[in-house]
Amino acid sequence: MYRYDEFDHKLVAERVAQFRRQVSRRLLGELTEDQFRPLRLMNGLYLQLHAYMLRVNVPYGTLASKQMRKFAHVARTYDRGFGHFTTRQNIQYNWIKLEQTADILAALAEVEVTAIQSSGNCVRNITSDQYAGRARDEIADPRMYCELLRQYSFLHPEFSYLPRKFKIAVTGSPNDRAAVAVHDIGMRMHLSDVGEPGFEVLVGGGLGRTPYIAHTIRKWVAPEHILSYVEAILRVYNIHGRRDNIHKARIKIIVNQMGIDKYRALVDEEWERIKDGPLEIPQEEIDRIHAYFAPPPYEQLEDAAASLDELRSRDSSFDRWMKSNVVAHKVRGYAIVNLSLKAPGKPPGDISADVMDAVADLADRYSFGEIRVSHRQNLVLVDVRQNDLHALWKELQALELATPNIGTITDIICCPGLDYCGLANARSIPVAQDIARHFIDIDEAADIGQFTINISGCMNACGHHHVGHIGILGVDKRGKEFFQLTLGGSSDQNASLGERLGPGLPQHEVPTAIAAIVAAYKELRADGERFLDTYRRVGIEPFKEAVYGPEAKKAVA
Amino acid sequence: MAQMIIANRLHDGAVVFLTAREDWVRSIKDGLILEAEQERWLATAKTHEASCRVIDPILIDVVVGENGPRPTSIREQIRAFGPTV
Amino acid sequence: MALIRGNELVADEFAHVADGAEIPAHGPVLVGLEQWQAGRETLLARGAPVGIRLRSDQSPELVASDLPRLALVALEFPKFRDGRAYSYARILRERYGYKGEIRAVGDVLMEQLLFMVRTGFDAFEIESDDPLGQFRTAIGDFTVWYQPTADGRKTAVQLRHPRSRRPSSS
Repeated sequence: MYRYDEFDHKLVAERVAQFRRQVSRRLLGELTEDQFRPLRLMNGLYLQLHAYMLRVNVPYGTLASKQMRKFAHVARTYDRGFGHFTTRQNIQYNWIKLEQTADILAALAEVEVTAIQSSGNCVRNITSDQYAGRARDEIADPRMYCELLRQYSFLHPEFSYLPRKFKIAVTGSPNDRAAVAVHDIGMRMHLSDVGEPGFEVLVGGGLGRTPYIAHTIRKWVAPEHILSYVEAILRVYNIHGRRDNIHKARIKIIVNQMGIDKYRALVDEEWERIKDGPLEIPQEEIDRIHAYFAPPPYEQLEDAAASLDELRSRDSSFDRWMKSNVVAHKVRGYAIVNLSLKAPGKPPGDISADVMDAVADLADRYSFGEIRVSHRQNLVLVDVRQNDLHALWKELQALELATPNIGTITDIICCPGLDYCGLANARSIPVAQDIARHFIDIDEAADIGQFTINISGCMNACGHHHVGHIGILGVDKRGKEFFQLTLGGSSDQNASLGERLGPGLPQHEVPTAIAAIVAAYKELRADGERFLDTYRRVGIEPFKEAVYGPEAKKAVA
Repeated sequence: MAQMIIANRLHDGAVVFLTAREDWVRSIKDGLILEAEQERWLATAKTHEASCRVIDPILIDVVVGENGPRPTSIREQIRAFGPTV
Repeated sequence: MALIRGNELVADEFAHVADGAEIPAHGPVLVGLEQWQAGRETLLARGAPVGIRLRSDQSPELVASDLPRLALVALEFPKFRDGRAYSYARILRERYGYKGEIRAVGDVLMEQLLFMVRTGFDAFEIESDDPLGQFRTAIGDFTVWYQPTADGRKTAVQLRHPRSRRPSSS
């Protein structure tokens, strides 16, 4: 993975010093809260219900073990002993003090971690596929381009006061695990007609109050031009994006208002002017960054399927875990292992300091010291020898990281919700816990198959509810918490926005409603159909009937 | 309806309640319960915002029971007593 | 209201003419876009420098052909959060090669000064107890730059590869 050079270190150190000064000015009253707020947001600091919340970047979801250990140190020293991984591959701490934040940023800088621009009206953390560089279905590892974009976007003098936040996601695989279609800029790696890797660029996707699927603005951009192309998109947005209404300020609004053709014309006009200028990435820099993402020193190993099959036939728990949590690796003899942060009863995505340290140790012993963060709020060890899988599984079990539920109904995306977040209308974590308890039977969950439930506590959609197979949105109705369900969302390469099922349900009716939907699905499904496929074939009516119809059972199961 | 004034402390973000002595305390039980003159106390609280002690002081409705005051809204209950999970 | 130009406090020689107000007979004047468009020849005939003030919804593209005759372009920040003027300054310097004064006016605060300098502003109207002190502190905040602008500062990429044949911004 990327390692800072003297320039990167200096910039981050200067940024920490600047923020320290800004905090001091705030505490002395030289800055009002209104003047200070964008400054602290651009350093990742929110004021939430209970305290300040610090959001720390995990650039394109890649973490070194020493960085994870530092996360544990921050959790212990400055917080209440845990952290929360988010849908943008960040980690959040909920109990931060303003007066300690500069010290925390300095501690993180020691291991090349920042909270720079994890919030604010600027370019946010660049996110990517958690299996990048390792998946069999990948064209090429996109992370070096993410690193180029990260440096390009940090403290960009022209684009630090955009109309609104700006999120970029990049996938190197046609199987989109990075949700690029619902980002402000999405980039999908493609080969050109002559076989060179480059990027299809999409623009104007987003969730929140007015969700949109992104449009393709350019079918193929050569890698050395991605920065100038992004600059053109950002410049048009900075100038034309709406600033009259915070709910209409994202790029998705202006793209859909103008139409993609007009937006494209403006971008292309600007790009023509700048593409051959200093933003064209020199081959030396491409090569320099590329070298950091070279594959680790893999051993020459045989495929261990036979011995694994033997273990699996003897131990059904191991077999279940292999089926759901382990993914094929492009190098023979290796595997990709998902660590589920969705143990039943636990807040999804949360992790204690002790477990962070344990994961760092596992990464060092099993996976070349590297950890990935998935936007579904799980962790991944991407380079595990197949021969080590059984031993690793046993260790993960002891840490409650081996719940065999990846991609299934209890692998729930869940925002912090009203328990923590000042923007929320309703609590999301108890809903996730109720659903996970309801579907606690692993065999039943396996039989239900691929299923994503995404829960957001408010319309800001940090829980990505629009793109869940089932989406759950918390709303406030006359001071009470209600939950609206949507069906049929998806964030992959066939992205779709969920369709509203019906009126909001009180919290205690949500698990029963999910159960009714699942029952209807099982009744209707054709061979091999996932829930999403069945929904796309039969439509919403049977599920509406199941949840709201006269036969719907209202009693809690 | 009884009310209290709640805010976040600037330097550490902690949830605090205004007291009769015009200082700010962590425990809702020690906060000032207002049956009258709410606007006057809110104005006082806002001067504390200007002098960088607290952020965003607001009036909230509370019900006073045998265990002390309890906010009527879920959100303010969570602020007063902590996360429910 | 203090004016910083370059790295010094200076007196403002420009008379700020409000929209619709009478233009003084002599001396440099700073007028709004509408006033400029209504009477550019008259303004230029006075023989004194003319500056134009653009609101944040008025792109410098509107006055592109006039730039050789404008001594000053003042770009307004109605609220410090309105970041359009950063793009306008870059368009002036980098697209049009504008060499006159680009002045930041409006809600111009210390913590945004360095971004203004980087994007091409070279004068700043600041309301503060210590405008020059704040300015000098602010522009000293960073010595590393990731993005090429027209300010001539070498970026990290350029410094990493000094012998690269890619064009630099300067």
